[in-house]
Amino acid sequence: MLLSEMKKGQTGTIVHVGGNGALRRRILEMGLINGAEIYLEKYAPLKDPLELIVKGYHVSLRVEEAAQITVNSVVNSVKEDLT
Amino acid sequence: MHHKSITIALAGNPNSGKTTLFNNITGTRQKVGNWPGVTVEKKEGIVSKHGYDLKIVDLPGTYSLTPFSVEEIIARDYVLEECPDVLIDIIDASNLERSLYLATQLREIDCKVIFALNMADVARTRGLKIDAEKLSELLDLPVVFTIGNKNEGIDTLLQKAIELAESKSEISQKRRVKYSKDIESSIAKLQRSIEKKIAGILPYNTRWTAIKLLEDDRIVKERVVQKAGDNGQDIIQEIQELRKKLIDRFDEEPEIVMTDERYGFIAGIIKEVLTTSTKNRIDISRNIDLVLTHRFIGFPIFIFFIWAMFQLTFSLGAYPMEWIDIGVGGISALFESFLPDSLLKDLLINGIIAGVGSVIIFLPNILILFFCIALFEDTGYMSRAAFLMDKIMHLIGLHGKSFIPMLMGFGCSVPAVIATRTLESEKDRILTILITPFMSCSAKLPVYIILVGTFFSAKAGTVLFTIYIFGIIAAFVSGRLFRSTLLKGADAPFVMELPPYRAPMLKSLLIHMWDRGKMFLKKMGGIILIGSVVIWALSAFPRNIQYSVDYAAEIAGVNALYETKIKASAKASAKASDRSGMQSIQEERDAAIKKIKLAQDAEKMEKSFMGSIGKKLAPLFAPLGIDWRGGVALVTGFVAKEIVVSTMGILYAVEEEEADALQKAIISSGMTPLSALSMMIFVLLYLPCFATIAAIKRETGSFKWMFFSIAYTTSFAWVVAFSVYQGGKLIGFN
Repeated sequence: MLLSEMKKGQTGTIVHVGGNGALRRRILEMGLINGAEIYLEKYAPLKDPLELIVKGYHVSLRVEEAAQITVNSVVNSVKEDLT
Repeated sequence: MHHKSITIALAGNPNSGKTTLFNNITGTRQKVGNWPGVTVEKKEGIVSKHGYDLKIVDLPGTYSLTPFSVEEIIARDYVLEECPDVLIDIIDASNLERSLYLATQLREIDCKVIFALNMADVARTRGLKIDAEKLSELLDLPVVFTIGNKNEGIDTLLQKAIELAESKSEISQKRRVKYSKDIESSIAKLQRSIEKKIAGILPYNTRWTAIKLLEDDRIVKERVVQKAGDNGQDIIQEIQELRKKLIDRFDEEPEIVMTDERYGFIAGIIKEVLTTSTKNRIDISRNIDLVLTHRFIGFPIFIFFIWAMFQLTFSLGAYPMEWIDIGVGGISALFESFLPDSLLKDLLINGIIAGVGSVIIFLPNILILFFCIALFEDTGYMSRAAFLMDKIMHLIGLHGKSFIPMLMGFGCSVPAVIATRTLESEKDRILTILITPFMSCSAKLPVYIILVGTFFSAKAGTVLFTIYIFGIIAAFVSGRLFRSTLLKGADAPFVMELPPYRAPMLKSLLIHMWDRGKMFLKKMGGIILIGSVVIWALSAFPRNIQYSVDYAAEIAGVNALYETKIKASAKASAKASDRSGMQSIQEERDAAIKKIKLAQDAEKMEKSFMGSIGKKLAPLFAPLGIDWRGGVALVTGFVAKEIVVSTMGILYAVEEEEADALQKAIISSGMTPLSALSMMIFVLLYLPCFATIAAIKRETGSFKWMFFSIAYTTSFAWVVAFSVYQGGKLIGFN
């Protein structure tokens, strides 16, 4: 599924980062690489952007950008994990 | 004894505590300037430690050395070209993995690097344990733990840095990221060609150059081609072939593969040096965020913070503003009484002191505003504000961060324009700069207050609020327009870190505030001073005006008239020993003379160069319902918006002591509520002040955008004011 389809409080693993050019590279450089485990912390009050926890830090992405990222093994997670 | 000097550059991710560390090392002995050719702040400081003069250079905070943003290019160029003796990479210890990404890149450049594992205490409370010795061994560089905000470990860090700078040992070539076989062989191949074809001319490490060329780094490619001369085409071709081969091999661009592999390398290090025991910690920062970015109360809290900031800025700022006002008045009165009447005196009092005084009065506002903004930045709330606002800002194709400069625009456009430096994309920056002046700055407020107070006193709040909202709408409409025409292109990615909330340090807040306040003061020293003198000259010349009335004779006439009255009264009162009659006659005489003088001043202004400019422009202002006096006032507003009010004061010949005199004069001049509204809208939208224009020039780096901004805002203002005035007349308002 796409990262943008994940719900608040779910964890998943990145399997592919799509898109192109600078944006894609930037996403990768921030540690959102294949195999990275992510936790969807929340969506902003206006439903966009969203906040992720990856590699122990918090990062926000727009929904349209998150739609470039494919994830799998998405499960509901206990909040205290993964920080 | 002359100390040996060593240059130390600080590199690191944003939010790694780099600035705090820098402030703690250099204290107040820092110099803030710009990096050559760009508008990113350059901070330097010189300190004497351990018998050396240390020149500390604070590089812009970056996540990587890929040239996406100006900051990254600056940091990279500095390291490559200036070759600091030592590079300190400040690493957020609680965020080791991502921080090491920049570190691996720094390691690829030929440079002596030392790690500062900063915020060691935060990492500890988070249950992270880092084996510094192991890390040092694995990467073959010194590692020091620091706690920037408690000033711990900094001395050791500097000592190690000096040791490293003085050591003769070669920079370790091992311990670098090793890429996969195909990539390594391509690097080696390219490296050999570079050495063969442009050896000796290229100042950079050839391995690094080869890596960057494989990554299709635009800047490095340009430079290599430039240096290679005739061999340039050969090299380009070779790069293309190698890249093509790698793309075929990995089904992916080499730069993507290499990013992946760097993280792979990092993962290996992390496994060896980091142990986590996170199970039982309570994350305060996340709990704060649950409230501050909450679905329902996030926005109300945000609005409250903004409201509080403005409340503080303007109500607390009102006190020092009053003191400055009194001070400036005092200085001007002092010169008034000491100096003989002359052109120079006029220049000094009415040009320089009045002009600079009218701007310096905003210093308290600016300092408080920047203190609040520094507070938002240092606590980490700023990125939450961007997180909340991004959706809205994205409607005009802007990044959530653009909200901040626009918000600052309500205070003063100058710092707001400067604040656009925080935006990564140049297009975003220019777009934000172009629309920020529509956010009604505080200097425009006195104009509204006079006009609203005169014509709309019953609904003052509502009208004022509408004006402000109108400015915001104008900014959005213009933003959308520019985005779809002049500044087309992909939006900047919104990959933004949300750092943990941190308790701010007063020292750093004060330094931030003062840096920006200084910028404002410098601007006053230069531009405003020149502007004030020019405006003064335009209103003080020509000197030999043909007055319509012989004012001197009139004054003499009044004097003569009252002379006889006083004599008569003196006779009468001599008997009654009553002086009050005499006094009242004298007062009457003085008032009559003052009235004549004011009329003379008004005529002088009318016939000055400024007046003739205003009168020439009168046909332009007439369709907006603004008479020539309003026109002249608007022209003088180019220097600073608040001058509009004082010019109106002179032109309507009102005495300063009477608070509502200007209002009465405006009403009797035939201005109507509708034309007042039209004038307010014009003031809201028309060309930004002199200082803002100078800031626009500096921040966009081009006269083109500066002139565009002037032309766009002014014509937009005219069209809107025209529609309001003429439309209002059509539907029966006046």
